[in-house]
Amino acid sequence: MRRVAHLAVRQAAALWRALRTACGDDAYERYCAHRAERHALEPALSRRAFYEDTQRRKWSGVSRCC
Amino acid sequence: MLRKISAAVLAIVGAIAVGAVALHRHEPINALWILTAAVCIYLLGYRFYAAWIAARVLSVDASRATPAERLNNGRDFVPTHRVIVFGHHFAAIAGPGPLVGPTLAAQFGYLPGTLWILVGAVLGGCVQDMIILLLSTRRDGRSLGQMARDELGPLGGFAALIGTLIIMIILSAVLGLVIVNVMKHSPWATSTVLATIPAALIVGLYLRLWRPGRVLEGSLLGVTLVLLALLAGGWVDHQPLLRPLFDYSAIALAGFVIAYGFCAAILPVWLLLAPRDYLSTFLKLGTVVLLAVAIVLTHPQIKMPAVTAFTDGTGPLFGGKVFPFVFITIACGAVSGFHALVASGTTPKLITNEADVRLVGYGSMALESFVAIMALIAATLLDPGVFFAINSGAGVVGASPAAAVHTISSWGYPVTVEQMQALANAMGERTLFARSGGAPSLAVGMASIFGSTFGRGLLALWYHFAIMFEAVFIMAVLDAGTRVGRFMLQDLLGHLWQPLGRTSWYPSVLLASALMVGAWGYFLYIGVIDPNGGVNILWPLFGISNQMLAGIALSVATGIIIKSGKARYALVTLVPLAWLALITTTAAWQKITSADSRIGLFAAADDLARKLASGVLPPERAAVAPQLIFNQRLDGWITILLLTILWFVILDMARVCVRRLRGLPLRSSSEAPYQLSRLQGAMAQAQP
Repeated sequence: MRRVAHLAVRQAAALWRALRTACGDDAYERYCAHRAERHALEPALSRRAFYEDTQRRKWSGVSRCC
Repeated sequence: MLRKISAAVLAIVGAIAVGAVALHRHEPINALWILTAAVCIYLLGYRFYAAWIAARVLSVDASRATPAERLNNGRDFVPTHRVIVFGHHFAAIAGPGPLVGPTLAAQFGYLPGTLWILVGAVLGGCVQDMIILLLSTRRDGRSLGQMARDELGPLGGFAALIGTLIIMIILSAVLGLVIVNVMKHSPWATSTVLATIPAALIVGLYLRLWRPGRVLEGSLLGVTLVLLALLAGGWVDHQPLLRPLFDYSAIALAGFVIAYGFCAAILPVWLLLAPRDYLSTFLKLGTVVLLAVAIVLTHPQIKMPAVTAFTDGTGPLFGGKVFPFVFITIACGAVSGFHALVASGTTPKLITNEADVRLVGYGSMALESFVAIMALIAATLLDPGVFFAINSGAGVVGASPAAAVHTISSWGYPVTVEQMQALANAMGERTLFARSGGAPSLAVGMASIFGSTFGRGLLALWYHFAIMFEAVFIMAVLDAGTRVGRFMLQDLLGHLWQPLGRTSWYPSVLLASALMVGAWGYFLYIGVIDPNGGVNILWPLFGISNQMLAGIALSVATGIIIKSGKARYALVTLVPLAWLALITTTAAWQKITSADSRIGLFAAADDLARKLASGVLPPERAAVAPQLIFNQRLDGWITILLLTILWFVILDMARVCVRRLRGLPLRSSSEAPYQLSRLQGAMAQAQP
């Protein structure tokens, strides 16, 4: 029984992570992780600056269609 | 073994369903047959044709590092799980097009549209999307225009740019017209749609100031606000004091949509555009799933005949025979050139592995095609008389309800004024006559499906939910289209005078936005004053421009396939290209030269000019006639331009292919060199 509950919790957590990634909710965390991994030298953007910049990039090209 | 059995089962079920669709004549058919046939055909196409193209034609190489891996910057280039890229790509390509086109094409009956959506998608649209996606992935995510320039020559690149700009203008105008027709003299629809603007602004502020980047929270807040606005709209509709505040004519609403488009293009994206897009994406995905579930649960009967008498070209929604006009009317859902712009934009920068292009490219388009099939079902389950009463302009069937029902009943599709009034009352509207553009009849169809699944008492609520759902993402496309058009114009203007090319210089921003909004606003205004509804002219023009863009995309694809030494597989893109060239040329030719004033643009202008000169027009029509005459001639010239661009690109592609086959020197391939992926096993484990 406990094993089933444990499995269900793990599945739900994976689903939640996928949902966050799918809509960009965790984009900032992934950006920070990426920087940490690459030992980037320039200062990191703040959460707000990152959000604004991401939106500006996204909407400079064709990202919506008929 | 299991895969073989499942494929065999799919093939058998598919064959039975297709047989049922083909053999039902003069008796109602159940929508489930169409749905089953569609799903089996997509799955078989995906399982066999897409896999064959990926392996043989494209030589998809799972060991090759994609730009997302090589150029990973944690921002635009990010290796992403294929299911998530699939979701992103589907949300980007599926807009209002697959809802409106099939609804309009239902005037020919359910069969022509269904066949074209299925065959067009599996052999054309899905193939185009997948191939362009792979070609762009192999070229560091370069755009269609850049690929046309690199692989064919500067002519191809310039043609793609101009074609894209024209399609943006026409698309924005026709979609603007669709929502104006939805909102005119409908306080419930107008107040709900208006309320989505402050809702988007609140979400925009929330996501920037209070909780930066918490997209899920913001979207949840936004969807709640929008659903509250829907309920509030119903309440407003019953308040004698508030009602007139939201009761506007089509002209006033067109002015509002134009002003809105201008604001959205110049305001920072985080304030209006981005939050509105989050709302529209969540509503879109939710409604698509809801609609599929509801159709399966209610399995409605299709009431429209398989083929109507209007295949001869006399249809009330738009003039023109079933060939070529069903293929022009349904672009999105079968083949849509616009997708090539998305498939060569954001998406290739997220692809982790080349093998993912089959799911992302082919799969997303198959799903969009499925949405088009559902829209066709929603439109054709209405009584044909009701369908034509909602969708026919006053100029075609007569301005009064009595005249309209008389005309429509005389075609053999009985409908009464009382029936239309009862339907309007049930939907919470004053009238449903002459609401052309496809969206209202689709909303009535969706409301009846939802109503019979989730409670009939809520019909009016479901109708306005469907209206709001369409309006929200039509406005998202207007925002995004105007903005991209603005950037493209600034890029072009920058060649004339350098400062105009700076995207952050405010005078340039204002000028380019005003030019872009002015261009589509003009077509929108003309569409509104046109007594035939305007959609009958604008939608075919949009279809021609979209198919022209698909022609450009398939030309680029064919050129690259032949250059890479795979001429024996070139039929994969040449056949859809030849078909698109045939239908686009035939349709454009008829639009330009036909002497029938319901089809030929110049003939219509001459006809109206003659009537104006002889004084037979009533004064209110004579007042707008000069503008309509000018516009019809302008549309005629635009059609000529589109056709010229298409053939220039095709001939440019043919030139490149002939040089390749004769062994003459060519531009070298712009493909990025092979690099071994290091993500293989690691990626598979790291994914959610």
